[in-house]
Amino acid sequence: MPIGIIFFLGGCSGPQSSLDPAGPSALAIAGLWWGMFGFFTLVLVAVTALWLYAMWRKPKSYTEGQTRRIYHQWIVGGGLILPIITIAVLIGFGIPLGYRMLPLPMEEPPLRIDVTGHQWWWEVRYPESGAVAKNELHLPAGVPVDIHVTSSDVIHSFWVPRLAGKIDMIPGHINILRIQADAPGRFRGQCAEFCGKGHARMVLAVEAHTPEAFKAWLEAHQHE
Amino acid sequence: MNESHGKDRAALHDEFMAVWGNPSGWRALTIVNHTAIGIRFMVTGGVFFLIGGLMAMLMRTQLALPEQTLIAPKLYDQLFTMHGTVMMFLFAVPILEGMALYLVPKMLGARDLLFPRLSAFGYFCYLFGSLILMSSLVLGIAPAAGWFMYTPLSNAVYSPGPSADFWLLGVTFIEISAVSAGVELVVSILRSRTSGMGLLHMPLYCWYILVMALMIVFGFPPLILGSILLELERSAGMPFFDVARGGDSILWQHLFWLFGHPEVYIIFLPAAGIVSTLLPVFARRSIVAYQWIVLAVIATGFISFGLWVHHMFAIGIPKLAQAFFSMASMLIAIPTGIQIFAWLATLWTGRPVYHVPMLWLVGFLIIFVAGGLTGVMLALVPFNWQVHDTHFVVAHMHYVLFGGMLFPVIAGLYYWLPHFSGRMPSDKLARWGFWLTFIGFNTTFLVMHLTGLLGMPRRVYTYPAGLGWDLPNSLSSIGGFITAMGIAMVLLDIALHFRFGRPAGTNPWQADTLEWATDIPPEPYNFISLPAYPMRHPLWDQPDLQATVAEGRHTLPEIEHGRRETWGSDAVTGRVRDIIHLPGNSWLPFYAALALSVLCISLLIRTYSLALVAVGVSLVLLLRWSWINGAHPLAAPDAEVMPGYPPLHSRTFDSPGLWGMVVTLLADGALFLSLLFGWLYLWTVAPHWQVPETAPLAWMPLLISGALLTVAVICYIRVVQRLREGLDSHLRGWLWGISVLGLLHCGMLIWVWADSTLVPTQTAHDAVISVMLMNQLFHSGLAVIMTVLQAWRVACGYVGKAAPYELAVVEPWWFYTVVIFWVSFAAIVLLPIAWGGA
Repeated sequence: MPIGIIFFLGGCSGPQSSLDPAGPSALAIAGLWWGMFGFFTLVLVAVTALWLYAMWRKPKSYTEGQTRRIYHQWIVGGGLILPIITIAVLIGFGIPLGYRMLPLPMEEPPLRIDVTGHQWWWEVRYPESGAVAKNELHLPAGVPVDIHVTSSDVIHSFWVPRLAGKIDMIPGHINILRIQADAPGRFRGQCAEFCGKGHARMVLAVEAHTPEAFKAWLEAHQHE
Repeated sequence: MNESHGKDRAALHDEFMAVWGNPSGWRALTIVNHTAIGIRFMVTGGVFFLIGGLMAMLMRTQLALPEQTLIAPKLYDQLFTMHGTVMMFLFAVPILEGMALYLVPKMLGARDLLFPRLSAFGYFCYLFGSLILMSSLVLGIAPAAGWFMYTPLSNAVYSPGPSADFWLLGVTFIEISAVSAGVELVVSILRSRTSGMGLLHMPLYCWYILVMALMIVFGFPPLILGSILLELERSAGMPFFDVARGGDSILWQHLFWLFGHPEVYIIFLPAAGIVSTLLPVFARRSIVAYQWIVLAVIATGFISFGLWVHHMFAIGIPKLAQAFFSMASMLIAIPTGIQIFAWLATLWTGRPVYHVPMLWLVGFLIIFVAGGLTGVMLALVPFNWQVHDTHFVVAHMHYVLFGGMLFPVIAGLYYWLPHFSGRMPSDKLARWGFWLTFIGFNTTFLVMHLTGLLGMPRRVYTYPAGLGWDLPNSLSSIGGFITAMGIAMVLLDIALHFRFGRPAGTNPWQADTLEWATDIPPEPYNFISLPAYPMRHPLWDQPDLQATVAEGRHTLPEIEHGRRETWGSDAVTGRVRDIIHLPGNSWLPFYAALALSVLCISLLIRTYSLALVAVGVSLVLLLRWSWINGAHPLAAPDAEVMPGYPPLHSRTFDSPGLWGMVVTLLADGALFLSLLFGWLYLWTVAPHWQVPETAPLAWMPLLISGALLTVAVICYIRVVQRLREGLDSHLRGWLWGISVLGLLHCGMLIWVWADSTLVPTQTAHDAVISVMLMNQLFHSGLAVIMTVLQAWRVACGYVGKAAPYELAVVEPWWFYTVVIFWVSFAAIVLLPIAWGGA
C-alpha cells in the first residue's frame, strides 16, 4: 500500500509526532494505531479485491435459491460478523486502555501543574511551589504529572502529541490530563482547538528534566 | 380507468402542457414544477461546489510550503470557515435535495411533489440565503470562527462585528429550505406513489430519501435552535453560552453536533441511494437483499442520532459516556457493512457491464470503505484523543464526504445526464475526469492521514519547517491541483455533451425504474397517464411502458378539468384513496422568500423597525399562500371527478396538508425538545447556574392562561369531530369563540411575562425561560390567526362540510400548542419546586 511506503520514506519521527511516543499514553495510542492500521488495511484490500473480482470475473448463472444463499453468506459474514467482532475487539482493547490514561486516584498524588489558555499563549503555574512560566512547561521525567487545564477566554486544547492525547481547555471548567515523559528531553506542544487569529502560533515548549534538574528549575523560577 | 383515451400523443401532450406548462421570461420565477426546481437546486449547488473548491485550492496553495505568507491568517480563517459552510450547507445538502426533488416523483409515478409552491419557496430561500452569506466574503467580513462556530470564540466579545451574524442568520435561512424540502419529500413519498406501489415496491432510492428527509426533519432543528440562541446572545445579550452568567459554551457543542452528526448521514444516505439505484442496472439484475438494505438504511437513521458526542471526546466527558458513544459510533459500521456486502453480492450474481458511472462507483467503494475504517478508528476514545482536530480528521472526513458523497453524485450525474439533456456524455473525457480526480484525491488525502499523525493540527494557516510536515503538505497540495483538473474535465465533458453528445433515445442504460418512462428530457407533467403496477422493476417487466404512458393508456389521463392532478395513495399499501390536486405557478413563493431575505438583512444590520415590517409582509404573503387552497376559485372550486374515481383530497379529512402539518410539527417538536434539553443541561451542568430566590413567574395567572388554552383546544377538537360526523351547524361561531379563548390565553400570558421578574440579559436561567415564553406565544398566536382565517373561509364558503380538510390540518397545531404549554409549565414552574429550590 502506498500509505505504508510513505510512512517508511517520510519517517514517523518529529518533535510533534504522535508516532514517535515518549510517554506511556502516547506509546499505548501509537500501538493501537499500528494494530488498527494493519488490520484495516487488510480489510480494505480484501473488500476492494472482492469487488474488482466480482466485476471482472466471468458471469455465472445462479438460481434464485443460490443467489439467496450467496447474499445471506455475504451479508451475515461481511455485514454482521466482521464488524461485530472488530468492534468487540476494539472496544475490548481500547476502552480499558483509555481508562488507564485517565487521572485516576493514586496512592501518592502526582505533581499538579495548572495550565491556563489565553489568546494566544499558555500560562503555566505550579501551585505547590508557586513557580510560574509562560509558553513553556517543565516537568520531571519518569513520573506521572497531572495537568489541570482551563481557559481565560475561548476554548483551547492542550496537546503534546509525543506524551499523550489532548484535552480541551474550556472557560469555567477544569479538565485534568495525566501525562508522563519517560526520559528527559524536549517536546513540542501546540493548541489543538481553533482559537482565533493566532491559533497557528500558539506553541508550548515542553521540557522533561531529571528530578534534580526539575527541582533546581522550580527553585529558580519561584518568584517570577 | 385503463382504456385508451382515443387521442394521439401530440394532442394529449398539448392539452397537458396547457395546464402544466412552464412560463418563460420573468414569469419563470413563478414556476413551481419539481423538475425545474430540482434542476435549479442542482445547478446552484454545483456553482457553490466550484466556489468551495476554489477556496480549498487557495488554502492548499498557502499550505504547500512552510511559513508562506500568500494568505494572511484572517483571510485563511475566513476561507476554512466558508469552505466548510459552503460545502455542507450550500453544496452537499442542496444538490442532494435537488436530485431528490427531481427524481422522486418520477420514480414514484407521480406528476409532481405534493407541495409545489413549497419547493419553489425552498429554492429561493436557499438562493437568497446563500447570496447573503457569500456577500460577507466579498465584503471581507466573512465568518471566521470555523464552520462549527464554537462559543465563546463566536460570541460578541471574541467575534465582534457582523461576521458571525452572517453565518447564524444566513445558515438558518438556508435551513428553512432544507427543512421544507424534508417535509415535502416525506409526505410525497408516503402519499403520492402511483396506484398499487406498496412501500416494498418502492425503488430503493426513495427509501434512502425518505430516511434522509426524516433525518432532516429531526436533525436540523437543534442547529436552528442553537443558531437562534447564539444570535440572541450576540444581539440581545441573553447569556445562554456565557459561563459567567450561568450559561455554558459546551451546550452549543451539544446542539451543534446533535445536528452535525446526523448531517453526515443526511449527506451519505442519498449518495448511497444512488449506488443502490445504479448498481443493479449495471449488474443487469435486481438488487439482492432489498429488505436487508431497507432495514440497514432505517438503522443508520436511528443510530446516527446517538453518536454526536464522538465529536466531543476531548472535552473531558465522563468515562461511561465515552464507552457508550464509542460503541454507538462503531455500530454504524454494521448497517454500512450490510449495504456494502449487498452491493457486492449484486455484482457477484449479476452480469456486470462497464459504463462510465460504474467507474465512479468503484472509486466510491474504495474511498468510502477507507473513510469508514478510519471512522471506526476515530470512534475509539484513546486514539481519538490523539488525532482529534488534526489533519488526520480532515483526511478521514474528506474520504467519507468526497468519496461517500461526491463520487456517487458524479456517478449519478453521468447516469441521469441523458435524462436531463437527452444526450450521452463522451466516454473518453469522462475517463480522464475520473482518473485525474481519483488519483488527485488520494494523493491529497491519503498523505494527509500521515500529516495528522505527525502532529499537525487543523485550521492552522501555516507551519514552521522542520516538523516533518513539509513533504506531506506539498504532496497534498499537488494532489489538490490534480483533483481540480479532474473536476474541470468532468465539467468540460458535461458542457460539451449538450452540443456533441449523441442522442440518448429512450432508456439508454436499460434501467428498471419509472423515471425512464417519462419523455427524455421530461415534460413538466412527467406522465400523461400514471402506470399502476405493484412491481419493483416496471421497465424491465414492461419495456414499452414509455410509449403506452405517453399514449394515455394508463390511469388518470383526464385533463379537461384543467387541474394539475396526481394520485393520493395509502402510505403503506399504495392503494389509491384520493386525487390530489396541485397548485399551479405562483409569484407568492418568490415574494415570500424575498420578504424573508429583507428580514435576514435587516437583522444583520440591526435595523429592527425594518425587520418588523419584513415580518409583517412575510406573514401576509404566507397567509395569502394558504388562502389559495381547497375550494378557493384559484384552486379547485369544482369538486367533480370522473365516475368511479376517488374524491379530490380537499374534500376529505386525510389530505397531504395534514401529513405536512404533522411532519412539520415533528421538526417543531425536535426544536422544542432541544430547548428543553438546553434547560435541563444548563440546570445540571453549567458551573455558575443561578436560580432566583423567588419564582420569576406568577404561577396562578399562568395556570389560568393554560386553562383557557386547554378549553380552546378541546372545543377545536370537538368542532372537527362534529364535522367528521357531518354536523357543521354554527361552525363559524365555534371558530370565532375558539379564537377569542386563544386570544385571552395569549393576553394572559403576555401579562404574566410583563409582570415577571425576568431579566433575560442577567442570567441564562431567565434567558431560557424568556425563549420558552416566546416560543409559546408564537404558537398560540399563530393558532389564533389560523382559526380566524378558517372562520373567514367558512363565511366565503371555501371550508365546510363539503370541504373540511383545512380544519383537520389546523387541529394538530392546536394540539401541539397545548402540549408544549404544559410541558413548558412543568419545566419552568414545577421542576424548580420539585428541585426544592425557588
